Amino acid sequence: MSRRVTGTEIERMIQLLAKLPGLGPRSARRAALYLINNREKIMAPLASALGDAYEKVSVCSTCGNVDTLNPCTLCQDAARDQSIICVVEEAGDLWALERASATSGLYHVLGGTLSAIEGIRPQDLNIKGLIERADVDTVNEVIIAVNATIDGQTTAHYITEQLKSCNVKVSRLAHGVPVGGELDYLDEGTLAAAIKARRPF
Amino acid sequence: MEWREEAVVLGARRHGETSAIVEVLTRDHGRHAGLVRSGRSKRMRPVLQQGNIVEVTWRARLEEHLGSYTIEPVSLKSALVMDEPVRLAGLTTMTALCALLPEREPHPAIYDATKLIISNIENDDIWPALLVRWEAGLLDSLGFGIDLSCCAATGQTSDLVYVSPKSSRAVSAVAGEPYKARLLPLPAFLLGRGMASTSDIVDGFALTGYFLHRHLSAPRDIELPDSRERLIEYLKVK
Repeated sequence: MSRRVTGTEIERMIQLLAKLPGLGPRSARRAALYLINNREKIMAPLASALGDAYEKVSVCSTCGNVDTLNPCTLCQDAARDQSIICVVEEAGDLWALERASATSGLYHVLGGTLSAIEGIRPQDLNIKGLIERADVDTVNEVIIAVNATIDGQTTAHYITEQLKSCNVKVSRLAHGVPVGGELDYLDEGTLAAAIKARRPF
Repeated sequence: MEWREEAVVLGARRHGETSAIVEVLTRDHGRHAGLVRSGRSKRMRPVLQQGNIVEVTWRARLEEHLGSYTIEPVSLKSALVMDEPVRLAGLTTMTALCALLPEREPHPAIYDATKLIISNIENDDIWPALLVRWEAGLLDSLGFGIDLSCCAATGQTSDLVYVSPKSSRAVSAVAGEPYKARLLPLPAFLLGRGMASTSDIVDGFALTGYFLHRHLSAPRDIELPDSRERLIEYLKVK
């Protein structure tokens, strides 16, 4: 049995850090040591920021995004195109699209995808809220930006069916060759989808 | 322990940040799960979609261990159905219903039928009828087969048009006439007669659905997959 070299508080901090994505026990130990060595510069502001975030973060009642404001910063931004709603699976996908400045419209976070195997049904997702938002005169287009997986596309088709009653254009992301992708290394399904969705050059 | 076999991917769920626990259907080892290291990588994600046919090598120290898979793609059909809601619903229904099979128990007939449906998934005249037969085969494999050999009441082998919900046996038109409101319609294509129309297929799904629910999903207190309902609705509209 290895002997303990630190007090319980530091061990607890290491154990919690090790639960973070990208960190294992060794890297958590390094991160903990870095924090300890930079108590005033990093550790104190980080602890304060975590405390603030813990107190204030909530799920946006309009779009399902996570933010410290409700409605979230994006929903409150009057400069955004109110006629477009971009539907994503998770808040992480929303952040990815925002990072790319891919759309200037509003967002809607579903909170997952339909899954026959996992037993995730439409009522488990934030689909009802989307239909209500899309059924407003100011909304012209719904972009379904879900993952190109079987579950993602099943969800996309389900949402498309549900949106038929709303007077909106429904579009989805293109499937095909990624930037920097070499045809030789692509799976045949992606290649077939790319050929099927080809467009005039 | 090690074996290598062709398999159909039934599903993958994330395990940690980079790995996935993948469930596949094989001919000789049945429904079988295993860990795929780097299963969430860019290279593996398209391969680990439901309905893809792959070659798996399973390794574990002991038979009862989860073990790990090395996976090579063989035929990746899932991307071809993503644009088609009906095919997608058919594929997800089939892979979800495979969860009713006991783990690690071989059902070669089900595996062969699953592969047959996947290879015909682009032919809409064929696969819905095959899926009804697949569901009947699933019931049969699990010991709840529908007996369509002769009439439960008269023993006659012709003019079978109903199935009794009580006995799971076929009933002829004459014997079933007084009780027809309570009997399930038996589409002729399940007896190997004629092509299946859309209404035949819907009747077929109602028949297999009744027994799937009664014998397999209700005792486990689970629902049949939502995608099955959607599939039937899509077919009705079509």
